[in-house]
Amino acid sequence: MRKTVSRLLLLSMLGTLPCGAVARQTRSAATTETLIRNATVLTITRGTLPNTDVLIRKGKIVAIGRNIKVDESARVIDATGKYLMPGIIDCHSHSMLDTINEGTLAVTSMVRTRDVLNPTDADLYRELAGGVTTLNLLHGSANPIGGLNTVVKIKYGRPASEFLFPNAMPGIKFALGENVKRSNNPNIQGATRRYPNTRMGVAEVIRDAFTRARDYRRGWDEYSAALKRGEKNLIPPRRDLELEPLVEVLEGKRYVHAHSYRADEIVMLINLANEFGFKIKTFQHVLEGYKVAGEIAQHGAGGSTFADSWGYKIEAYDAIPYNSAIMARAGVVTSVNSDSDERARRLNLEAAKAMRYGDLSEAEALKLITINPAIQLGIQDRVGSIEVGKDADLAIWNAHPFSVYARVDTTFIDGVIYFDREKDLAGRADLARERTRLEQAEPNRPAAGGRPPQAPRGRRPSHDDDDVEQGDQP
Amino acid sequence: MKKTELKTRSNVAPAKRVGWALAAISLAAITAFSQQIGNPAAQQGVQPARGTYAIRNARIVTLAGPDIDNGTVVIREGKIDAVGSNVSIPAGAQIIEGRGLTVYPGMMDAGTSLGLVEVGQGANGTVDTSETGELNPNAKAIIAVNQHSAHVAVTRVDGITHTVTLPQGGLISGQAAIINLLGTTPMEMALVPYAALVISYPRLGGRRGDFGPEPPGLDVTAALAANERQLEQVRKLLRDAEAYGRAQDAYAKDNSLPRPDRNIVLESLVPYVRGDRPVIIRADREAELRGAIKFAEEMKLQPILLGGDDAWKIAAWLKEKNVPVILTGVLSLPLREDDAYDTLYENAAKLQQAGVRFCISTGNGGAEVRSLPFHAGMAAAFGLPKDEALKSVTIYPAQIMNIADRLGSIEKGKIANLVVTDGDLLEVRTHVRYLFIDGRRVPLTSRHTDLYDAFKDRK
Repeated sequence: MRKTVSRLLLLSMLGTLPCGAVARQTRSAATTETLIRNATVLTITRGTLPNTDVLIRKGKIVAIGRNIKVDESARVIDATGKYLMPGIIDCHSHSMLDTINEGTLAVTSMVRTRDVLNPTDADLYRELAGGVTTLNLLHGSANPIGGLNTVVKIKYGRPASEFLFPNAMPGIKFALGENVKRSNNPNIQGATRRYPNTRMGVAEVIRDAFTRARDYRRGWDEYSAALKRGEKNLIPPRRDLELEPLVEVLEGKRYVHAHSYRADEIVMLINLANEFGFKIKTFQHVLEGYKVAGEIAQHGAGGSTFADSWGYKIEAYDAIPYNSAIMARAGVVTSVNSDSDERARRLNLEAAKAMRYGDLSEAEALKLITINPAIQLGIQDRVGSIEVGKDADLAIWNAHPFSVYARVDTTFIDGVIYFDREKDLAGRADLARERTRLEQAEPNRPAAGGRPPQAPRGRRPSHDDDDVEQGDQP
Repeated sequence: MKKTELKTRSNVAPAKRVGWALAAISLAAITAFSQQIGNPAAQQGVQPARGTYAIRNARIVTLAGPDIDNGTVVIREGKIDAVGSNVSIPAGAQIIEGRGLTVYPGMMDAGTSLGLVEVGQGANGTVDTSETGELNPNAKAIIAVNQHSAHVAVTRVDGITHTVTLPQGGLISGQAAIINLLGTTPMEMALVPYAALVISYPRLGGRRGDFGPEPPGLDVTAALAANERQLEQVRKLLRDAEAYGRAQDAYAKDNSLPRPDRNIVLESLVPYVRGDRPVIIRADREAELRGAIKFAEEMKLQPILLGGDDAWKIAAWLKEKNVPVILTGVLSLPLREDDAYDTLYENAAKLQQAGVRFCISTGNGGAEVRSLPFHAGMAAAFGLPKDEALKSVTIYPAQIMNIADRLGSIEKGKIANLVVTDGDLLEVRTHVRYLFIDGRRVPLTSRHTDLYDAFKDRK
């Protein structure tokens, strides 16, 4: 059996995605009505509503109330004793990215995560099973200015193009500290170390890039003005794909999501952004955000952090699980993210930790994974709470999502079921049969003689951008 | 302690028993001495004094019978002195009002490297997890456990009172210790200083971190042969240790025999090859788990499996062989792309249903050991009964590590490692209100609470 696994995996990726069938079956439901009946509804923005119905039509929430009447044709889901919450939004993910880091340059604003989306990543389904519906897919943290982000809805089973969150604000990854200094990457003998090597250099890389971006914009402004004056035979400036996104940042058209750990570098970037007149939308990780929460709030930046992940490297040694509570109380729009395909499956518990560590209220803690990350991504008009008119991105939980004993029953995106535990359980026997059939299929039978079979490849590793992949040093 | 250290099989030589009794006595002396030190202090790693305490009017989850809805636990001289609904409180006891609170046994994580590493990346000087080379049976975790590590207090304030701390790496990683998360010296922390030998069962293609590159087109035949060679290295050393033990015993009985040279590597293995102490074998995949059990049978070891991601696949066999499993992967991503999404969430439930002895561990190096209750809670969300989940981080690890006579439940005479909470021990939203380790009331402070207090009101 071992011999056949690698081929089997390939086949299963092509043809037997566990939930592809679910998505196909239920897609038509988007055009009809779904009534989720008698749930405890965690609206996020309007409190918790007991024994409440939520009506979904054409992918939107169209009514919230008691005893909502529907036609016989409507799909009715009895959620008595269950909890309905908005789909969780993960403000820092690397799921479905075939690669994370373009680490050869200190500024890689020309590269786009959008170009490397893999919609068959099995972890997407596992995240849906944790009630997650929206991801902010970020470039890695190998460079002070990294690549462009992609905000997606986890429409697992659909083509990558359908994952793209419509009209989400574009963003870009910045990073500070050890990763961009390449502190934890081995020196390669004879190779020149990439600039920057210090936090001083990190600031200068960003300052230099925005200085160039400002000049670049000026060049276009001058060209446009000349054009307007009717001047002839003008040569337009050469398009610069590195600087264009930075001009968008300067013009407030692109959000900056800045990976950061230490208080000093957080303050550095705030000052630098103020110098150039742009805003940091979120500090990511922001482990020492609690030390400078006032400064972050004053700048108007958000903070997207974790409860855990401390002490694994020097710049994380002062991380505390109270971080989100302190930042939230200081007025920072705060979220809790995963930065890990594993942790993404239990963000509900990560948010609940703000109640254990720092006594955040339940209402505030719920916001950490719903409306707050929505605000941080500029999609708060569409998702992040249960309100009439918003997208029907929802999850039904069998207990309060902050309970460690809670489990997701059903996850909807745009009113379509993308995860359903009952269907998942019911489909397992079929999958087992299919696996057996594939193992016995002609192409998977070991050939007599010839070269020895290959070892099974492990699963694609889950990515964690703090740990820059080995071997990508120029 | 004596009972554990002397837990023997019929083939144990009497001379060796004496040796272990001596070791036990000397350890007891160290512990007795340490009692005189204890100044109450919030500083991490300094032991507060033992005292007499009575936690009254509390719900008590004893795990040794039904829960007591409204009862009292008396702590004296480091031990649980009394527990019940009708217990008289000794004069002079410090009273802890437990109304609305619940008393639990302290949790135990049996699969950590806590105290052996402070900062894994960028601070190599703080990393003492893995010795150089493949065969290090004489590397002992208790020697390098840093009792003043920030991880110790950070972990215990969440209700984990004792852990197994394991060396890592190589084929024979070293010897694990069971430690209380309190103490000023390693021996003050030690519950069982030399608790188990740790072996990493060879893995096809080797063990790499998540970020290592896949080997391009690994040759399975060659890889299997390489693994067999690795196993043969271990086999040879264990056999040498058996022979060494016999030679030393023979010489001890009859000094006219040629004197065999002492060898600290082989000597450290003797209690393990004789089956006196357990051998923790790290194995996750089905083939590794099966191989580990067969190897243990062949070498007559007392095996405990560590990891166990695929244990659910061979649950009936594990039951038949009566091999316990320390599950470290409840919150890991499934091994294979086509595994069900909840394969590892429900691994524990499947083992429990099959009657396999198991416990739940974070498998963490230290920083995240404090999340142990949530690993157990997730298993309960996916089919493990709640009371079993609780046992899987209290009495079950104690049983598997042969210290259930001293820890793991609230019973008279057991070591007073207790946690008092305002709710379900495994729930995230619960807060720990009081903490006792070794009958000492431990302040609920840590590096994290210190930083919180320092910055929470900064404007």
